[in-house]
Amino acid sequence: MNYAQLNDQQIAAMLGAIGVRSIDDLFSVIPDAQRLKRPLNIPDGVSELEMLRDLRSLTDRNADCTELVCFLGAGAYDHFIPTVVDDLAGRGEFLTAYTPYQAEASQGSLQAFYEYQTMICQLTGMDVANASLYESASSAAEAVLLARGATRRNRVVVSLAVHPETRQVLDSYMSCLTLDLATVPMADGATDPSVLADAVNDDTAAVVVQSPTFFGCIERLADLARIAHDAGALLIVSVDPISCGLLKPPGDLGADLVVGEGQALGIPLGYGGPYLGFFAAKEKYLRKMPGRVVGMGADAEGRRGFCLALQTREQHIRRERATSNVCTNQGLMALRAAVYLAAMGKSGIAAVAAQCLDKAHYAAQRIAALDGYSLKFQAPFFKEFTVQTGRGVPAVLKNCRQKGILAGVPLGRWFENLADCFTVAVTEKRTRDEIDRLVDALDTA
Amino acid sequence: MASGNDMTTHHQNEAPLLFEKSTPGTCAASLPRSDVPAVDRNAVIGADLLADAPPQLPEIGELDLVRHYTRLSHRCFSIDEHFYPLGSCTMKYNPRINERAAAMPGFAQVHPYQDESDVQGLLELLYRLRMDLAEVSGLAEVTLQPAAGAHGEMTGLMIINAYHRDRGQPRTKVLAPDSAHGTNPASCTICGKSYQQIASLKSGRIDVDALRQAVDDDTAALMITNPNTVGVYDEQIADIAEILHARGALLYLDGANLNAILGIARPGDFGVDVMHFNTHKTFATPHGGGGPGAGPVGVADHLRPFLPVPQVVRRDDGTFAWDEDRPKSIGKVRSFYGQIGVLVRAYTYVRALGGDGLLDVARKAVLNANYLAARIKGRYELPFPPPYAHEFVALPHFDEQDISNVDVAKRLLDFGMHPPTMSFPIAHCLMIEPTETESLASLDAFADALIAIADEAKDHPERIREAPHTTPIRRMDEVGANRKLNVRWRPE
Repeated sequence: MNYAQLNDQQIAAMLGAIGVRSIDDLFSVIPDAQRLKRPLNIPDGVSELEMLRDLRSLTDRNADCTELVCFLGAGAYDHFIPTVVDDLAGRGEFLTAYTPYQAEASQGSLQAFYEYQTMICQLTGMDVANASLYESASSAAEAVLLARGATRRNRVVVSLAVHPETRQVLDSYMSCLTLDLATVPMADGATDPSVLADAVNDDTAAVVVQSPTFFGCIERLADLARIAHDAGALLIVSVDPISCGLLKPPGDLGADLVVGEGQALGIPLGYGGPYLGFFAAKEKYLRKMPGRVVGMGADAEGRRGFCLALQTREQHIRRERATSNVCTNQGLMALRAAVYLAAMGKSGIAAVAAQCLDKAHYAAQRIAALDGYSLKFQAPFFKEFTVQTGRGVPAVLKNCRQKGILAGVPLGRWFENLADCFTVAVTEKRTRDEIDRLVDALDTA
Repeated sequence: MASGNDMTTHHQNEAPLLFEKSTPGTCAASLPRSDVPAVDRNAVIGADLLADAPPQLPEIGELDLVRHYTRLSHRCFSIDEHFYPLGSCTMKYNPRINERAAAMPGFAQVHPYQDESDVQGLLELLYRLRMDLAEVSGLAEVTLQPAAGAHGEMTGLMIINAYHRDRGQPRTKVLAPDSAHGTNPASCTICGKSYQQIASLKSGRIDVDALRQAVDDDTAALMITNPNTVGVYDEQIADIAEILHARGALLYLDGANLNAILGIARPGDFGVDVMHFNTHKTFATPHGGGGPGAGPVGVADHLRPFLPVPQVVRRDDGTFAWDEDRPKSIGKVRSFYGQIGVLVRAYTYVRALGGDGLLDVARKAVLNANYLAARIKGRYELPFPPPYAHEFVALPHFDEQDISNVDVAKRLLDFGMHPPTMSFPIAHCLMIEPTETESLASLDAFADALIAIADEAKDHPERIREAPHTTPIRRMDEVGANRKLNVRWRPE
């Protein structure tokens, strides 16, 4: 393939206009010693047809969730994506635009992001939201950085029930800074309030929790907020946005900053990315938020218009004093989430959440009734739960996989003491028949 | 192409907000009826944890939803419809086959916690891309994990930080020229480094004497862009690397301008220790209205132990796997493995073009930029001498008519063209990057528009000062919007 559009006559004319003899002359400034004196060791280009064959030969060696039945979760969920999401977000006008620096030329994407910000607020019960960050873990890290700046404190307390990969990312972000990261153990799959109360002190900038937790359990956020606030710390909650269709949103329970993984909102599994980090805050943190924020105002004639707001927080203006280094964020993923939320609407999001709840509980009940299986935790759960088995987790999961079922995520890789456990996620997409097949496969393992 | 004087407006196409169109009881989505028993929510969850009512999302039928977003799409400038010479952003054509590739179920419908045996094809793709990027950069090893250019900068600085610590010489200072992208200093801060700016010379090149004075035993690295942000290849780069290395400091390359040297010169060969790639610039993955991008990072041999985990590897038996065994690694910078869908597009682009095609990209990108500069020379000041790399800086001088670079940029919108980058890397400038995929006709139309605006500045300066005239809104009052902040809709 070659996407250039110049023929030889045109190239000759252009060189003439520039006043050089060859394209090589334009590179004369590069010293000989700095040049690559051989062709790149990358195979020669191919036609579109050959490229599609190459891609097909690769996808043929992947087993995907259109052929397998997926009960895997742990931060990435197989929810249904309405056709309009792919169709509208796939429009070239959205796909091939960039950051809306030129407001007059970007009213469409700016309005879409303003609406996205609003819907994230409606979902999480928060006052304000930004126009997206990369994914949930780096959003949590940005939230911690905000809390550090807002409190001028240097300690962060993270619940062990937060996704291990989020904790790993927090660890990386904090390792360069003079920030202490303390992890508090859990009780029954969620944060242990009494241990948390002992762990926070007057140097604690933030408490970071996740609800539902990595193990599926719903946190008692109001209690955790009280503990954080009593110590003058912020409560940062990473939330499953789908759960907000049914559960009280974190904003109503005292959260100061709400982040989370927006993948569930119309973004394909995609082997882990690109996803969407959403970020919402109480009003008073608006000017400290990372990333792009879109504001509504008016044009020179008083007509409603949109533009990037608070750009003086951002790296291209404030440089080393910016609130964050984020430049390119996840615009198209935010657009997908917006189309998804608008398509679902108030009743749709409630229906999705209700089916997740019902199907997960149906599955949990049936699995718990099997010989050799039990639910690890007793705390209330939403769409995901932790199963304990004495039959050997790898063997059980392998048996299910042979029957075309991705039964769950084994916990041993992160938690030695939970090597006999795996988590099962059940979305609205799963049918009773698929759940029954899962139960049978587990039973025969 | 609009003449620029066609004052037809599209104001009548106002786009109400979703929330203003909301009609209770309508919904664009449908779900199958549940085939499991409904649980007693109060019993399994508890009333105190249940919401009193569903979130107040808008309620809209499918047709109105489609119309809403279709209308919004018409209110965006995009590469698909407009020349988009946004300097430093490499707004090249985004090939459609890349979208097809990323949407294939074998890539798009795979869960990140599926077994490696279920994703051998995808892992091989990532491995090949990893190796191809290493070849393009001349660096020893590449991680695909970072989510964007700035995220790559942060990752690179974390690696540099870990390297100095490992040598028992933690260092706190990072240098960058005054013409650096704003993300460079901001990334320093996020990594706990102090940032020191180095002056540039009139030629746009870094002041090597100033650099020599600034580098000391506390200097962790210099962050530099080459070709630099004024569009000039800095041939002193090898000397710069030597100055740093002599003091134990490292050279970081911001890969934003890699498009100009693909297959011609490689950062690893001119002394770079760490660099990030912007796949959404160099490798044609779509910019998506501001992401997602991807920011792979390449490092020289001595920095390999510090790369993030996991790394995609090929085992001796020919299978592909994630390797977590890197004891000195900085850890993870994002969840899972990276922006996989973006990386699939980048792979497709690299392999469809091939090594020969990538070289052609650089040659035509540089040709197009130099041609455009030659066309507008004399009407706009070109403060830096040619030849240019893939972009160049132009200064409008219409001060007598009280016309600024912003006014020129807004007037270009009336010609159906997206303006260049404004006021970066120097004040009052336009920074122009046409890319290799533009036709001669598009380049000429843009040059003609800039020249027409220069003429218009003399005859009808008010048209420029009041521009744009043909966009969905007239000039946005950004100061007002920031003074009276409204960042979300609320019911009246």
